[in-house]
Amino acid sequence: MIPRKNEIWSAYQKEIADDRYYFARSCIRQNIFPAAENLYINILRDVLGKNIYDDIKQTTCTGIAYHSGLIPMETIMTVVARQFALMNEAGYENFVVSCVTSFGIYVEMLETWKHFPETEQKTREALKRATGKTFRVPKNLVHASDVIYKFRGEIASKAKYKLVNTNTGEPLKVVDHIGCHYAKIFPSHGIGGAEYPYVLAGLIDEWGGQQVDYPERRHCCGFGFRQYLLKSNRSYSVTNSKKKFDSMLPFKPDLIIANCPGCTFFLDRWQYVIAEQKGITYGEDGYGIPVLTYEEIAGLLLGYDPWDIGLQTHQVTIEPLLEKLGIEYDPEQKYKGMDGENLGIPELPQVLKCF
Amino acid sequence: MIPMEKTIFERLEEDVRFREGLKSCMNCGVCTAICPAAEVSDYDPRMVVSLVQQKDEAELEKLLKSDTIWKCGECLSCKTRCPRGNTPCYIIQALRGLSIETGFFIESEQGRKQLAIKRTVGDHILKYGYCVYIDEVDLEMYPEQGPVWNWLRENRGSMLQRLNTSYNKDQAGTLRNTDKESLEDLKKIFDETGGTQRFEKIERYSSEKAKELNIEFKEGKDEYFRYLYNK
Repeated sequence: MIPRKNEIWSAYQKEIADDRYYFARSCIRQNIFPAAENLYINILRDVLGKNIYDDIKQTTCTGIAYHSGLIPMETIMTVVARQFALMNEAGYENFVVSCVTSFGIYVEMLETWKHFPETEQKTREALKRATGKTFRVPKNLVHASDVIYKFRGEIASKAKYKLVNTNTGEPLKVVDHIGCHYAKIFPSHGIGGAEYPYVLAGLIDEWGGQQVDYPERRHCCGFGFRQYLLKSNRSYSVTNSKKKFDSMLPFKPDLIIANCPGCTFFLDRWQYVIAEQKGITYGEDGYGIPVLTYEEIAGLLLGYDPWDIGLQTHQVTIEPLLEKLGIEYDPEQKYKGMDGENLGIPELPQVLKCF
Repeated sequence: MIPMEKTIFERLEEDVRFREGLKSCMNCGVCTAICPAAEVSDYDPRMVVSLVQQKDEAELEKLLKSDTIWKCGECLSCKTRCPRGNTPCYIIQALRGLSIETGFFIESEQGRKQLAIKRTVGDHILKYGYCVYIDEVDLEMYPEQGPVWNWLRENRGSMLQRLNTSYNKDQAGTLRNTDKESLEDLKKIFDETGGTQRFEKIERYSSEKAKELNIEFKEGKDEYFRYLYNK
C-alpha cells in the first residue's frame, strides 16, 4: 500500500448515533444469508447492550425495482416516507439500514427533498392520501456496517479470536468490498468518502488483519440491477466480479468481507460459476475465497457457532478460514435441521472444492 | 403510441433527476472510463450525455427506442467521477421512465425486457412486501445460486427455523409474512404515485408487442416472459 494512503480516510467522517436504532431489513440479505440480520441484532443487543427495534410493519424500500427502471421516483419516495413514519410511530429517531442499495435510496430521497423542496411536499401529500400517515425525517441515518465500525474497538475487546492465522501467527489478508451505493453517490455519507472508504478497512485494522490493496479494489461487483435480474443479461454481472477476482488473486486473500448484501451474494456465487464454467478457483487448493458480511465476521470473532449464524448457507466453503482462525467447529452439525435431524448434504460442484 | 404535446426534452426536464444529472458536459469521457457497463458492452455514457444536451428531438426519440438506455447498471460510479457535476446515470433514469411512459420501450430488445422484471421483482413487492423472496428463487430461473442454495430451499421449513428466522410466521423477524395492512399501504402508495399505472402500461404495451411478434401473451411466466427473460 502507498505510504499514508491508509490515513487519508480520517478526513472524511460522519455522525453515527450511539444507541436507540430503528432497523430496516434488506430484501437480499434476509433471503440469501438468512441468519445474518438476527446475528446483527443479537450483537447490538447482547454484546453491545444497545436498543434496536425490529418492526413487523416495515417493507422493502423498492430500491431494486427503482434501480431497474421499473417504478417512478414518486413511488419510491413515498415508500421511503412511510418507513420514516413507522420509525416515528415506534418512537425512534435513528434509522439503521441493512442494505447498501436501500442506504443509497434513503440518502438520495433526503438529499432530493433538500434540493427540490416541492418533492418533499408532494410526498407528504401522497403519503397522507394513501395511508393517512405523516412523518419526520430521521435525526441520524446510517448503514448497519457504520454501527459495527463505530463499536469496532468494543467488539475487539470482547472477541475470542483475531484476524490472525493461528498456524503462522501472520495477520490474515482481507479484501474489503464496499457496495457502490454506500459512498459513490453521496461521498459525505460514507466513512472515508468514496475514494478511501474505511468502514470495513477499519474493522480489518482493529481486529488484527491486513488490508489487501489490489488494483480493482473499488470496482463494482457487477450487480447492475436489471442486468442481473434477467438471465439473458447476467454475463454483465459475472464479468465484473471476475475482473475483481483476477485482480485480487496475486495477493492471495484469505477472506473477502462486504457491507452490501448483493455484493456478498455475487462475490460468493460467481466464484462457483467461474469455477464450473472456466475451471478457475481463487482460494487455496481448489477452494474459493470465503465471502462474509461484517456481522458474520464479527460474530465469528466473538465466538458464535458458525452453523448457528448460518455460514453453511454460503456456497464457498468457510472451513479453511475457520481452521486459520483457530475456531473449533463440529462438522456433523453443519447440515442438521431444527431438531438435529439429518437433511442430507448439498450436491458437490464438479470443480469448486467444498466440504 | 400516445401523441406528445410537449417535446421530449421538455418532458425529460420535468424529472428532477434529469435536472440534477445534466449540468454541462464537456465530453471528457471520465464517466465512460469508470463505467462497468462500458467495460462489458458498447455502452458509452459520454455519448448519451452528449446527445441529450444537443436537444435534437429526432435523436432523442431514437434514444428512447434504443437498447442503449437499458445497458447502464445504475452503480452510479459516474456520479463520483464527473468533474463537472453531471450524473449520466440520473439522465438514464429519466430516459428509462419516459421510454416506458411513451411506450417506446417495446421498440428495443432490452427495453421489452422490462416486462420480465415487472413480473418478478415488481409483482413480488406487492405480493410479499419485498423485492426478493426465497420461494420464488429456484435453480431454473437462477442456476448460479448453486447447490447449497438448492439444499437450503428444499429444507427451508427446518433450516430457516434452525436459523431462528420468522419464515411463514406473523411476527417480527427475518423472512416474516408481511402483514395485510402493510401490503395494502404499499398498493395504495403505488396507486397514488403512478407505480400501478406504470405497471399497467408495461403490461399493455407488451401485449401489443407480443401480438406483433406472434408470441403467446397471458400472465406470469408465459411464453413471452420466457422469451424476454432467457434470450
